[in-house]
Amino acid sequence: MAATLPNTSHESEQLMERATPKGGPPARRRVAPWADTVFSWLTHGAAWLTLLLLVGILASLVVGAAPAIQKFGLAFLWTTEWDPVQEKFGGLVMIYGTLMTSFIALLIAVPVSFGIAVFLTEMSPGWLKRPLGIAIELLAAVPSIVYGMWGLLVFGPILARFVQAPLQGAFSGVPVLGALFSGPPVGIGILSAGIILAIMVIPFIAAVMRDVFEVTPPLLKESAYGLGATTWEVVSKVVLPYTKTGVVGGIMLGLGRALGETMAVTFVIGNFNQLSSLSLFEAANSITSALANEFAEAGEGLHQASLIYLGLVLFFITFVVLALSKMLLAQLRKSEGTRT
Amino acid sequence: MSLRLNTSLAIVSCVFAIGSASAQDVTGAGASFPAPIYAKWADAYNKASGARINYQSVGSGAGIRQIKGKTVDFGASDAPLKDDELAKDGMIQFPMVIGGVVPVVNIKGIAPGQLRMSGQLLGDIYLGKITKWNDAAITALNPGVALPDAAIAPVRRADGSGTSFLFTNYLSKVNAEWKTKVGEGTAVNWPTGAGGKGNEGVSAFVQRLPNSIGYVEYAYAKQNKMSYVMLRNQSGAFVAPDDSAFKAAAAGAEWTKSFYQVLTEQPGKDSWPITGATFVLMHKVQDKPANATNSLKFFEWAYVNGDKMADDLDYVPLPSAVKDLVRKLWADNLKDASGKAIAAK
Repeated sequence: MAATLPNTSHESEQLMERATPKGGPPARRRVAPWADTVFSWLTHGAAWLTLLLLVGILASLVVGAAPAIQKFGLAFLWTTEWDPVQEKFGGLVMIYGTLMTSFIALLIAVPVSFGIAVFLTEMSPGWLKRPLGIAIELLAAVPSIVYGMWGLLVFGPILARFVQAPLQGAFSGVPVLGALFSGPPVGIGILSAGIILAIMVIPFIAAVMRDVFEVTPPLLKESAYGLGATTWEVVSKVVLPYTKTGVVGGIMLGLGRALGETMAVTFVIGNFNQLSSLSLFEAANSITSALANEFAEAGEGLHQASLIYLGLVLFFITFVVLALSKMLLAQLRKSEGTRT
Repeated sequence: MSLRLNTSLAIVSCVFAIGSASAQDVTGAGASFPAPIYAKWADAYNKASGARINYQSVGSGAGIRQIKGKTVDFGASDAPLKDDELAKDGMIQFPMVIGGVVPVVNIKGIAPGQLRMSGQLLGDIYLGKITKWNDAAITALNPGVALPDAAIAPVRRADGSGTSFLFTNYLSKVNAEWKTKVGEGTAVNWPTGAGGKGNEGVSAFVQRLPNSIGYVEYAYAKQNKMSYVMLRNQSGAFVAPDDSAFKAAAAGAEWTKSFYQVLTEQPGKDSWPITGATFVLMHKVQDKPANATNSLKFFEWAYVNGDKMADDLDYVPLPSAVKDLVRKLWADNLKDASGKAIAAK
């Protein structure tokens, strides 16, 4: 056992020698006192710049849309007529298309991403984790216009033959749901756009979910397993409540992407400015698709202002979605620690 | 060589490059329909004379906006501006090349050029009034052709475009209900039909959807060997779309009266009914006379040497009489700020 106290006077002298400094203290490098201030300004500036950009974009959207807001007001939100020749514009078709495709995308993407994340964290063999994770991240790297072209040329016919035709056959006589699946089964329309959006959005949600599931403290999970909980019980009662902020954040990230996706949607949605039926197989239009298609040729004046008004509406939809997610999180947090 | 020498050499050569590029650059922006031929001409002109023409294919609307804002030297538009609008902005317009819009179909058993249609019929299909291929109106024009009892799937352009302008302009001339209900324009309120993005989108839809009908630029229909339709022209004859039919339509236009000419539904027994020219817009009073001279030199060169290249890309070059009218337009109208005429030489 090493001696902790110096036993001999020789050792203590050596120790004392080591303890006394040789020469004076080293000159302290003085960082210039202004460097701190500049750094503080830079970081403040970055934060304020972000805020200013947001306000600036919002202001320019409002200014650009002002003619349309003056003429149509809030009725723009529930009018369906979109007539550039007679200068009558109403955004309901696009708003409905955007919301419906994003809803279908989330409906498919959230369970699938959840399954991927649970598999990667709880159930997959070690050798599979990395390749599968990389494959999912590669899906996110595919450019959206490639998704659009793939959707039009490859996915559309497959969807028409193997999904739409059987669905139409199965629901043909059913009173309410039949109307949802009527229309030409040609592989373009809201359903097609929704499924492609789901494929685009899955990598984002799955990656975020997997990351937050992985940082759940193993202590919590092992305790639950130790008490005899099944995998599902551990995931639903321990992991999910712990990671709910991250999970909701990931879903909002995916939803944000789905709401703003342009090129993939415009290839397969059919760009039809009428809302003649509620069928999922009918061609429709989305806000981003209408903007991408019509903005370059839109004359100055009401057409362009209406398109910018649509952009403003999309801005607000995103804002509302974000607010709802915060409210959901607050609600979930209130029930933390209660008996279920 | 040392790093410093390398860097300074690089900087000097960049400065020279930038200097030489900006000396003779002409910039233009606008319609996407003539973009291939403008690009080819610009390339050949650069090889012939060293001057660079930068053309941005951003769409007719954006091109008109840019020339009105004087951010480019010339604008390009498929739809001509009306004379009073031109006068208000102090601009002139003149045609460069001619092209045609062709309806194409995808019906099993129908060969290219086998189906005959009239403008009224085409308008009714796109209005949604005629919904089946074996409708009486269609079979009346096509005796002996077996048309299926299937729903028509119309396809049109989703984005605003000069092609749509020509097509809707034609339909407004030949179908009274279309004129009141829908009208003409680069983007209209289509009563029916799925929207494809660009000529490629329409072509892809038509090729994939059975029993569909769409409209594309002639170059596109020819290069993709699509099944085109014969149309009845103003004289009552059924014509197939090709270069001579477009030339026949252009010949009848009254260019001397005004350059606002939309060549749809022109008289002449060989005329193709959906023909149109694409236009270039320039200001009458030029703030940068050097750029204007260079632009005119390019256009003059294209008129003299560019016909074969236009033919190769399936555009129709202007008749020489029209070119002479355009040269007179330049001489009479393009002046610099002091009133001196700008010459193309």
